[in-house]
Amino acid sequence: MLSFIARRLLYMVPTLVLISIVAFAIIQLPPGDFLTTFIARMSAQGEAIDQAQIDSLRERYGLDEPIYVQYFKWIGGIVTDLDFGQSFEWKRSVADLVWDRLPLTVLLAGATLTLTWILAFPIGIYSAVKQYSIGDYLATTIGYLGLAIPNFMIALILLYIGFRYFGQSVGGLFSPEYQDAAWNLGKVLDLLSHIWIPLIVLGTAGTAGLIRILRANLLDELRKPYVVAARARGVPERRLLVRYPLRVAMNPFISTIGWVLPALVGGEVIVAKVLSLPTTGPLMLSALTSQDMYLAGSIIMIISVLTVVGTLISDIALAWLDPRVRLRRH
Amino acid sequence: MQASIPPPVRDVPESAADTAGPGGAAATTYTAKQSTLVWRAFKKHRLAMAGVAVTIAFYVVALFAEFLAPYSASRFDAESTFAPPQLPQIVDISDDGWDWGLHVNGYTSSMDQETYAQTYEIDESTKIPLRFFAKGESYEFWGLFETNIHLIGPADPDQPMYLLGTDGNGRDLLSRIIHATRVSMSIGLVGVTMTFVLGVVLGGISGYVGGKTDLVIQRLVEFFMSIPTLPLWLGLAAALPDQWGPLRRYFAITVILAIIGWTSLARETRGKFMSLREEEFVTSAHLDGNSQPRVIFRHILPSFTSHLIASLSLSIPAMILAETALSFLGMGLQAPVVSWGVLLQDAQDIRTVATAAWLLLPGLAVVAAVLALNFVGDGLRDAADPYKR
Repeated sequence: MLSFIARRLLYMVPTLVLISIVAFAIIQLPPGDFLTTFIARMSAQGEAIDQAQIDSLRERYGLDEPIYVQYFKWIGGIVTDLDFGQSFEWKRSVADLVWDRLPLTVLLAGATLTLTWILAFPIGIYSAVKQYSIGDYLATTIGYLGLAIPNFMIALILLYIGFRYFGQSVGGLFSPEYQDAAWNLGKVLDLLSHIWIPLIVLGTAGTAGLIRILRANLLDELRKPYVVAARARGVPERRLLVRYPLRVAMNPFISTIGWVLPALVGGEVIVAKVLSLPTTGPLMLSALTSQDMYLAGSIIMIISVLTVVGTLISDIALAWLDPRVRLRRH
Repeated sequence: MQASIPPPVRDVPESAADTAGPGGAAATTYTAKQSTLVWRAFKKHRLAMAGVAVTIAFYVVALFAEFLAPYSASRFDAESTFAPPQLPQIVDISDDGWDWGLHVNGYTSSMDQETYAQTYEIDESTKIPLRFFAKGESYEFWGLFETNIHLIGPADPDQPMYLLGTDGNGRDLLSRIIHATRVSMSIGLVGVTMTFVLGVVLGGISGYVGGKTDLVIQRLVEFFMSIPTLPLWLGLAAALPDQWGPLRRYFAITVILAIIGWTSLARETRGKFMSLREEEFVTSAHLDGNSQPRVIFRHILPSFTSHLIASLSLSIPAMILAETALSFLGMGLQAPVVSWGVLLQDAQDIRTVATAAWLLLPGLAVVAAVLALNFVGDGLRDAADPYKR
């Protein structure tokens, strides 16, 4: 087990390096270096440009030096003291900005994942055990629809229904009066009363996908000879199901931590935009539109790193649960 | 999927292909080509057949967009912004007696005294007769000839006919959805072609060569799978220069979508290659003196083409959804190009949706197309899998 973890950790290193290179490339992609953009924006706003400040920035990011020196300066700053650079749009450090929004993003992703599991698990089992029953057809239909309807459509429709029939605006995660308040019981309750809409919207696609996978896996497993043999020996149906087939078919639930996270983060960008949630998605989007590249690149990198870590956790959990994964030679 | 006619044999048993394997070469064995078997299994899948019909309909709309749409995508009518959809009626019973004839009701406009915003409502008392093959704006049909015949239109071209309503600039939503079909449906095809080339070539090399090459390609695949797709797409799309023309941007977007889409196909191809490499028929092909490329393209690839087609057809809807999402966020295609995602941009905030709910209709087109393509893909996958037949 330890060697498995060690190997996985080792595999993570090149991935992380590649991610940082991609993020850096995204920062560098727009024409001109960011200082020219910065200067242009400052003079457009009629602000005085402090030459000393510009020189220090130029020195800080090594803009006169070759591109790989710039990369190492940038990544060095991140690794040594979490300096992700400056956001010119917000005139704050990127780390501060992201830190403001990251906890809610992670909370939302975690809650969505939990909801997805809670919903998909019983439904998936039911539709596999009772294949071709009305419930199964219903679940399959909902599954198809959940995959085919873009997340933001669901969000817009829910918003429309909320607006039209309940006369409330359902965007955001907090009511106006709690927006800037410190955390207390009232704010938590307020959060709970708002969070269900993004949860439903974000959870549908994932739930639909999981139901399909669990159903298919469990069906394959239930047809295997060992199940027939166990049934022939008189093992009660319920125990027969839970004992082995379910455990095997459960694997996708564990590995979802890995692939649901990227999907969630992606879906979250759009849904958060529609529902105006205070998460990292809209921040990244506005950064990309205004070419605030340090902010955009850093968010892409942080989210990607979180995803890689999530994948690692799910792989370890999977190896712990399933000896076949643990002992497979690579 | 070729619709080959079953060979003239009486009901071939489903297992015909199996019995025609290496052992059963007896003359009495009925044989059917793999494509025939797949087609036969596919036909039984009713949802998939319905999906095929809907998909074909979508592509027909894409092909004949100019003729089917009452107006061009950019024609605007400042006189009717946010005009609600009109319901086409066949009979008018408002006066005494039945007055037959396809028509829609006109609009009345009223001005909000506070905001000075014009609002339009359906006026039951006016009647605008409609005509099939009506004369309207002239357009060039496929660049071949110029005509001004549209499938449907108002008898008097100056009268308004907005069957699905108009947007904030007074542009006919139905026409725009029809024109957008061309872009949205084709981006899936173009993107999938690129995905296919990348996925099959890299996956094939990885699975067939193995060793260090395999390791490198697999790490690459894992890398692409581990980054959240949408942020990466957005980052790349944001870097496209603004001055690029619509066509260049269109191809750039498909390339960006394909860059990330190829990974799962590469994985599948690799897995297939790895298992097939060890099969006896490959070894014997080698021993018979076939060249390496011939073994790959003549012997290995054909044995899982149906599987490949199935996974490809499942990635078309994913491409369509991806393009919709990108354009919805304003990072994908840009006006004047219309795709469903570009149209949905208008429906981004709740205030617009609350006043003009019909702006969500392009989403319905997305859902229908994606569902239909998914059904086709699922049906193909089941039909191509000999163990499910």
